[in-house]
Amino acid sequence: MRTDEAESCIGLHGEDVNAIAYSSEHTRKWNLKYGLIGVPMLVAWWFVYKSLEPFAGWLARHLVDLLSAHFVWLGNTQHLTSAVEFFFYDTPKVLMLLILVVFGVGIIRSYFTPERTRRILAGKRESAGNVLAALLGIVTPFCSCSAVPLFIGFLTASVPLGVTFSFLISAPMVNEIALVLLYGLFGWKIAAIYMSTGLIIAMLAGWTIGRLKMEHHLEDWVYQIQVGESGVYDEERKTFADRIRFGLEAVRDIVGKVWIYVIVGIAVGAGIHGYVPEGYLASIMGKGAWWSVPVAVLIGIPIYSNAAGIIPVVSALIEKGAAMGTVLAFMMSVVAISFPETVILRKVLKPRLIMVFTAVVAVGIIIVGYLFNMLI
Amino acid sequence: MKIKVLGPGCKKCHETEKIVKEAVAEAGVTAEVEYVTDLAEIARHGIFSTPAVVIDGNVKSTGKIPSKGEVLRWLK
Repeated sequence: MRTDEAESCIGLHGEDVNAIAYSSEHTRKWNLKYGLIGVPMLVAWWFVYKSLEPFAGWLARHLVDLLSAHFVWLGNTQHLTSAVEFFFYDTPKVLMLLILVVFGVGIIRSYFTPERTRRILAGKRESAGNVLAALLGIVTPFCSCSAVPLFIGFLTASVPLGVTFSFLISAPMVNEIALVLLYGLFGWKIAAIYMSTGLIIAMLAGWTIGRLKMEHHLEDWVYQIQVGESGVYDEERKTFADRIRFGLEAVRDIVGKVWIYVIVGIAVGAGIHGYVPEGYLASIMGKGAWWSVPVAVLIGIPIYSNAAGIIPVVSALIEKGAAMGTVLAFMMSVVAISFPETVILRKVLKPRLIMVFTAVVAVGIIIVGYLFNMLI
Repeated sequence: MKIKVLGPGCKKCHETEKIVKEAVAEAGVTAEVEYVTDLAEIARHGIFSTPAVVIDGNVKSTGKIPSKGEVLRWLK
């Protein structure tokens, strides 16, 4: 179930984002200060990150030795060492990657406000518009609680319906948290594959919805809205120091919410890693079971979790013989479509369009799942 | 002065309302703070990301929780 908009909401809070713009000397001082602190911080980050693996192995061995000296009933501690090492290594690794990437993406996102994205997409034709919308979905700060105002904002700027959907599919599915976790636990290839297939699903599903000409399946009140263009908020200029602060706020906000899911997810993953026998899941979630992809997607649709909670579990499942495509399909359907999101979208979409939206995305994910099981 | 805090009712929106009310009290201005959840009205203001703050018809911020310092500057 929906926990919170943990991954997609960047809510700035507290800090005075615009206050600094007042004096340029002040700005220079802050730029210098962030530069002087930032570079040593990055170097320190790198050294800590590089020494995590040997340190985790050492810590796990010593801890388990200590435990088994006191609790003789533990017996053979091989599984325990393996689980503890997995936990000690993966938790700080994923959290450190998360902090760095959320900060970097936060800075990028400070350039892409929803207002600017709307301006870019306004009047774009389909096809090119679908591609652009899916790409912008990655970098535009998006929160499912703003999905409806954004949806209306796009339509009133004459962004075609299908293009709007490309954005709404890509924004929650392809995000930095999913990419960091996939990179950290599976390597860059799987992360790249996830990102590109996620984008392709968003583009093609949006394009398909556009082809189906379902514009009259919006709720009636949507058509009556006239947005006074003068009312559209134009953002104040940001200095570079403001953007750094935006990034830091994103870290505080997102990592502050997500860390607990990462730890719980990795703990569950560590348990599976240490104790479930190799190949155990091959018969039910392996490539041989053709029905496993659609079943995984059907199970995943109503569930909502953020990527942070689900990926560590997914990683352990794969290790025990679940097929990559099946597991990716499950993950995508959990992250991309959820019951709470359809409830929010129901305010603007008539039931038929919601059904079509869900079905098109689900079919896209199932195809990707089969494709992976064939390729990998 | 008429202040509107707009948002469909998420946690951030309520926090924004709280900060605006605190700022109004601190600045000692007479202002009416209204919390708007009606999606049609939010859309009419040309707001695409919430929470948003509108003072006397002018959109002051969207998509973030403003700081109290910012709100105090708008109230001047």
